[in-house]
Amino acid sequence: MIQEVVSVGLAVDERWKIIKNRIEPETGGNANLKRICIVTGTHGDELEGQYVCYELARRINAHKEYLNGIVDIYPALNPLGIDCIMRSVPKFDLDMNRIFPGSNTSATTEYIAAQIMQDMSGADMAIDIHASNIFLRETPQVRVNETTADTLIPYARLLNTDFVWVHASATVLESTLAHSLNSTGVPCLVVEMGVGMRITREYCMQLVDGIFRVMCELGIWTGEAPEVREPIVSRDRHVSFVNAEASGIFVPCIEHWTHVEKGQHIGDIVYPATGEILHECCSEVSGHVFTLREYPVVYSGSLIARILEDESKEDV
Amino acid sequence: MLKETLFELPSPYRDPLNITGYRFGRGEKSVCIVGAMRGNEIQQLYICSQLVHTLEQFEKKGLIVKGNEILVIPSVNHYSMNIGKRFWAMDNSDINRMYPGYDRGETTQRIAAGMFEKVQGYRYGIQFASFYVPGDFIPHVRMMDTGYQSTSLANLFGLPYVLVRKPRPYDTGTLNYNWQIWDTNAFSVYTKETDQIDEESARMAIVSVLRFLSRMGIIKYHCHSGYIASILQEDDLRSVQSTSPGIFVRLKHPGDTVSYGDELAQIIHPLEGYVIDHIYAPCDGIVFFSHSGPLINEQTTAFRIIRRLHG
Repeated sequence: MIQEVVSVGLAVDERWKIIKNRIEPETGGNANLKRICIVTGTHGDELEGQYVCYELARRINAHKEYLNGIVDIYPALNPLGIDCIMRSVPKFDLDMNRIFPGSNTSATTEYIAAQIMQDMSGADMAIDIHASNIFLRETPQVRVNETTADTLIPYARLLNTDFVWVHASATVLESTLAHSLNSTGVPCLVVEMGVGMRITREYCMQLVDGIFRVMCELGIWTGEAPEVREPIVSRDRHVSFVNAEASGIFVPCIEHWTHVEKGQHIGDIVYPATGEILHECCSEVSGHVFTLREYPVVYSGSLIARILEDESKEDV
Repeated sequence: MLKETLFELPSPYRDPLNITGYRFGRGEKSVCIVGAMRGNEIQQLYICSQLVHTLEQFEKKGLIVKGNEILVIPSVNHYSMNIGKRFWAMDNSDINRMYPGYDRGETTQRIAAGMFEKVQGYRYGIQFASFYVPGDFIPHVRMMDTGYQSTSLANLFGLPYVLVRKPRPYDTGTLNYNWQIWDTNAFSVYTKETDQIDEESARMAIVSVLRFLSRMGIIKYHCHSGYIASILQEDDLRSVQSTSPGIFVRLKHPGDTVSYGDELAQIIHPLEGYVIDHIYAPCDGIVFFSHSGPLINEQTTAFRIIRRLHG
């Protein structure tokens, strides 16, 4: 059932509504049922989650006899941004994923954030689905803050992603939806996958299987638990960043999610007018390329790749 | 005056981004002044350009006290200004959320790192900033509550108010916050406008900076003494939220004294033209901030009021 989470009037004859689809067992809800929230569309240029929501709702509705809990699907926290292909909320300066838990006495977007937090409060699990932006392609991965890793990694392993990145905490990340939910006792996993403004169907199907697996674990889904892949967990492993050292056009010479050796050539930054190679980009480590530049125009500093370094022999 | 390029970033399709600094005087790194960090900060650019012009005259007349160096950086992000964008043109990131920066990181982190290297180590740092919620303020000095801030120094600008803001996580990437963490006394000066030039408040800001520099013994300058500032905590301001969306007709402005129940604004139905809502003052006080655009959403801050506690 489509429900309105929050609605505020925009200046001229329109309302900004956050909706969710609440799916409950056919026998009706009761107070003891567990609840999972699937949330996406915080950044208006990230669309991978749209297909995940569709496929998840479709599969649940096809076999509601297996549903033993509440599934709340929030397909678009930033519908205005999605509508105008804009990452942030139109006419608002801050990234929507940097203003949680929100406020009732500030800008409209902060009010919306506060109402979303209130609505998700008390859930047993939340999965916040992001794509990359238009510049980078990401291997399906779960990102977990090291402060919540012990609680979240067992669930993150079930999400059928290729990789779980346990990253260091940073003050600026304390205002994300995931951090705010985790701080209030709602375990929240952040998924990153694909590329901005596109849908990668294969990744979406992979994640939907993972969500069903997590729902089985929580007792929300009593159907057959999908087989899931064992992800690489980066807890003790180094992530190496390759940044552009020149401004120009980046042309990769490797595929995404491939293994590279230390020193291996991964692409060139070229200058179209003269046919020059301005910079050869190479990997500083041996490992898996889980992030790769998708958008060719780069400035000095633009992220080219992130590489998960292989385990050292001592670690094995 | 020494003009120099502090940071250069090549571009595949445009002239390089050159961040230009103007140095006045020689000696101890006394004060660094930063202007437009975002592409719509025209007022901030204008104020800094006028300061450069004024300090050049002062230097020629020997009015900069010996042993002091002043660095002024009028514009950091004119790349965005030239194409009508507020944030970094390529990826819409905000340079003023990237400090202290990272010289091996992404582009705006590198710009921030390059800038921070040049603006670090000054005794005082002054930034002309703009707020993330658009609107008009009473001219004031704003400081982050880092534990290192000095409101008594901020008082020396002679502006009517000093506002102390408890930093939120996203504030930790601002220049003001990082200046303070790295031992510079940092002040953000807010005037009335951002996208447009407001000559009166610009002049007020320029004079306030010159007054501060004079009181700190950096320049020789005689002017009236300004205000003895009231120190405000941001959380103490009373927010007044809009309860309807529509066309916003402001009746009270920053600086106006209001009494409980005074009408602050009207909201007009955007299609049918009648007044659908009134915004009233919830307390006695002085308007510190007001929404300024012609349109307003529901549930947004229309006014912030300094509550009058006595009499």
